[in-house]
Amino acid sequence: MKPSSIAIVGAAETTELGRIPGMSQIQLHADAAINTMHDAGLKPSDIDGIATAGESPVAIAHYLGITPKWTDGTQVGGCSFMLHVRHAAAAINEGLCDTVLITHGESGRSGIGRGPWNTASASLQGQFESPYCSMGPPTTFTIPVLRYLKDTDTTLEQLASVAVVQREWAGLNPRASQRDPITVDDVLGDRMIAYPFTKTMCCLVTDGGGALILTNAQRAENFPNKPVYIVGTGESSETPMISQMQDMTTSKAFRVSGQQAFTEAGITHNEVDHVMIYDAFAHLPIYGLEDLGFCGRGEAGAFISERNTAPGGRLPLNTNGGGLSFMHSGMYGMYALQESVRQMRGTAPAQVPEAQISVCHGVGGMFGASGTVIVSNQKAGQRG
Amino acid sequence: MNTILKPLGSMVNEDSTAVRNTGMADKSKIPVPKATPETQHFWDGTKAGVLRLQRCCECSQIYFPPRPFCPACVSRDVEVFDACGRAFLYSYVINQRPHPAFDGPYSIAVVELEEGPRMMTNIVGVEQTPQALKLDMPLVVTFEPLNEDISLPYFQPAEQPVEQSSKQHAGGGR
Repeated sequence: MKPSSIAIVGAAETTELGRIPGMSQIQLHADAAINTMHDAGLKPSDIDGIATAGESPVAIAHYLGITPKWTDGTQVGGCSFMLHVRHAAAAINEGLCDTVLITHGESGRSGIGRGPWNTASASLQGQFESPYCSMGPPTTFTIPVLRYLKDTDTTLEQLASVAVVQREWAGLNPRASQRDPITVDDVLGDRMIAYPFTKTMCCLVTDGGGALILTNAQRAENFPNKPVYIVGTGESSETPMISQMQDMTTSKAFRVSGQQAFTEAGITHNEVDHVMIYDAFAHLPIYGLEDLGFCGRGEAGAFISERNTAPGGRLPLNTNGGGLSFMHSGMYGMYALQESVRQMRGTAPAQVPEAQISVCHGVGGMFGASGTVIVSNQKAGQRG
Repeated sequence: MNTILKPLGSMVNEDSTAVRNTGMADKSKIPVPKATPETQHFWDGTKAGVLRLQRCCECSQIYFPPRPFCPACVSRDVEVFDACGRAFLYSYVINQRPHPAFDGPYSIAVVELEEGPRMMTNIVGVEQTPQALKLDMPLVVTFEPLNEDISLPYFQPAEQPVEQSSKQHAGGGR
């Protein structure tokens, strides 16, 4: 896509985050969507494109009273919303629709109005992974890390420092679920979930939602809030089976997606002021920093433990507290996008001063898919 | 009564997890794979005590999981062959949360077969501790029937005499 041709003009999360037993999953979508339409000064009849994951876009459009000319139900896990942004930008530029609403809502903790999570026993995962009794992401997404640690001489202490630093950011965010400071010893001494991962190295499980509204950049100037321009996007996928990753120490999907986004944006890593990397588990920011090119191979653990991504550091990362400390409903990508938008609007609780470019990177499944969105509060060519 | 998984009980946490799971180990709680036409040869193999891989007759690529074409060059000219059963430990976690099929913490691992492909498995016949489970340690396949049709491949340390281990863990290891 042409950099800065499309902008985010509406962005909001659900009114509440955390534990929301009084709301079903589809209502979490609606709550976020209504807050977002309010943020943009729009009503359902102004929306002509809809994208969502976790629920059918048909169901969301009908529930909200939207008649779409364009729908996208891309469902590749937690980064689906990064892909929706990319697809919506292309659709608007192609003239398929004008104003796209992207919604996320997930009753991840309370489980209200959501179906069970099942893997078909005849699928390849069902035949060749499920019989080994992996109990979901905490015991599956985590499998690669011992190989990474050994091959790169990264330490468990460095891995634990990811959770420590993100908790510092969460301490600055009133909406974060976990805000009390922690130390590396606290993290390593916490309850073991799946060696080497303790509880604080695993994401939260919460309820919530978020939504975005996108339109073309010309119209974007006329909305109540400052436009956030989309300057680069990327997406890719590797494997639905973590055991079949090409190399467990690096994500091919991350590399492909990230490189597309940087190339499209025409920016260098030095120009980036703020980064969000989907952190379902403590190793994700490490893989992300390396696979996106911010750090060399094996350097990200030290980079984080030496406070480069902490408050006051040179590359603020996961400034909402991340999936580890802010919230994680299951498909966290939407919350990473929300924080990038807040940082570009200058309204984040832990605002990075004068930030102009934010890189927002998501993972889908367990190193299965990836989406990258680079946003800016300045149009390409006008950045200072 | 589950047998292969029972020896895994005495592991990492001597405390609550093991206690909670005492007597609970129940093989019927393992999700049973359902073969498809494309994977039937694999499950026929494990039932007969062999691990079967596929090889492309055009580009020689060896691959897993099964499919009737080569993932490297898309040739349909592929053959099934018996793997040697040797592997090394590529990466793993030790799950500490109780699972009814296990008496205590258990490893969920990815092994790299001598022929190249990797597969998920549980490492059996060894203490489920970081000290005992060393990355790159040599392993050998063993089989455990789940029902009349499906036997699961597991891996155990290669140093351990296969005969003895088969008895310990009952059933498999033909």
